[in-house]
Amino acid sequence: MKIDNNVSEIEKMSAAELDQKNSRRDALKQATNIGGKIALTALPLFLSGLFTKAKAGPPPPPPTTSEVLTVLNFALTLEYLESGFYQTAVAAGASLIPSAVDRTAIGVIATHEMEHVNFLKSVIVSLGGTPVALPTFDYTAGSGSGAGPFADVFTNYQTFLAVAQTFEDTGVRAYKGQAPNLVQGGAYLTAALNIHSVEARHASHIRQMRYNNGFADVKPWITLNQSGINSTAVQPSYNGEDNTVQAGIQIVNINGTGISADAASEAFDEPLTTAQVLDIVTPFFA
Amino acid sequence: MKSNNSPEKTISLEKREDDFQPSRRKFLGYAGATGLIAVGLASCSKILEQFPESGNGKGNPQPVNLGSGDTGILNYAYALEQLEAAFYTIVVASPYFGINALEFSRLKDIRDHEISHREFFKDALGTSAIPQLVLDFSAVNFTSRTSVLATAKAFEDLGVSAYNGAGSLIVSADYLTLAGKIVSVEARHAAFIRDLISYGSFADSTVLDSNGLDTSRTPAQVLPLAGAFIKNTINASGLPTS
Repeated sequence: MKIDNNVSEIEKMSAAELDQKNSRRDALKQATNIGGKIALTALPLFLSGLFTKAKAGPPPPPPTTSEVLTVLNFALTLEYLESGFYQTAVAAGASLIPSAVDRTAIGVIATHEMEHVNFLKSVIVSLGGTPVALPTFDYTAGSGSGAGPFADVFTNYQTFLAVAQTFEDTGVRAYKGQAPNLVQGGAYLTAALNIHSVEARHASHIRQMRYNNGFADVKPWITLNQSGINSTAVQPSYNGEDNTVQAGIQIVNINGTGISADAASEAFDEPLTTAQVLDIVTPFFA
Repeated sequence: MKSNNSPEKTISLEKREDDFQPSRRKFLGYAGATGLIAVGLASCSKILEQFPESGNGKGNPQPVNLGSGDTGILNYAYALEQLEAAFYTIVVASPYFGINALEFSRLKDIRDHEISHREFFKDALGTSAIPQLVLDFSAVNFTSRTSVLATAKAFEDLGVSAYNGAGSLIVSADYLTLAGKIVSVEARHAAFIRDLISYGSFADSTVLDSNGLDTSRTPAQVLPLAGAFIKNTINASGLPTS
């Protein structure tokens, strides 16, 4: 089933409804605050009970309107960044992207990012919020100097693809990091997840484009914390991706399967916090 | 897999063995050599004997109840990962005709990712885990690149939509994050497999809507599709629906 009516579904959950759940959430938060913290701390130690404990206790209330808006405007900011990036590339055309096949793919991705921008704006408005304004970007990562580490981003195709890969991989991690803020968030969470997986599809394809453009070590998935990009500027987007322990379970050679550290790290993409994402993207803001 | 209230489907084991005779020997040979294939063709009675809990070897494996709440959702994910892992295990053990080195290397990676997911859920669920499912890949021609990649594409797109649709049913933020860590890898697989079939189809309009959003499916939508490859009756009646 394709969700082609997300906005209307979301609109069904009125602001009043959310506010009602809001007060319930606050009361519940206070009541369970201490217990919740203890349970979280103990989580890795009691794995056998990990998935059965969840049944106990009432489900958490959905996020408040304000919490949803915060996530959506954060997402919109990242989509602005990506959308503007690809629009510039599409406008540059063959002068930047030599092959017609690649130009088509970048055009496809550009369209998706623009659709994400418009979708997020419409949802924000439907919730009574105000979409954040379109920022001015410096895609050289020079904080407005136009002379950052990616100074030739729109004249050197390899640089362009490297930045594209970093944006997509970072986008995947950023959406993933926001998901817990939308837990039990119904259509809002589903919409965010439906964007998240598209960013991952983009990342996979951009990585294949880099493979086809001379980077034989770059796979569609992220191996350890390797960027496959010859620039330390992108490393924060890959730090932590080498994690091989999930919910306290070591994936390397799990149950004697011989799974390597490379594969164990590739099998799980890692989230980034809001602060980590902001640190990564700040140099791209003029 | 049959839906919970559908009449029991009877499958003749003898007929299935006939259907599988040419590939079965090869399959068993690989299974013995690698020791990795634990599930697969229901007609492999030798394998079933090693895993009696998987079924009675007569084509009527035990019904499986996914359970309720987050445990139920995680068992649902575990079932899908069992399906994917077993599929790619066969793909790598008996590659299709004309496979090239890059394709083989990537499919081996994907196999290892899916095994990682499967084993993770198995360990994490512990005593709450559903048993090993009895799977049926008789619809797949493992010697054919077209058949294998079409199946892989279906599994990966289905997996992405399943995780996307399950997210809102999960109560725990920690489990939601875990599902998120896996779904983006499935989406990377989906895009890669799609590009192998038709380069540039990584996120086409068959999976994306006009808002640039991927597909999501409820368990009730996913299970009948996955069920074509699962012989156990799956009881999903305890799963949350909202």
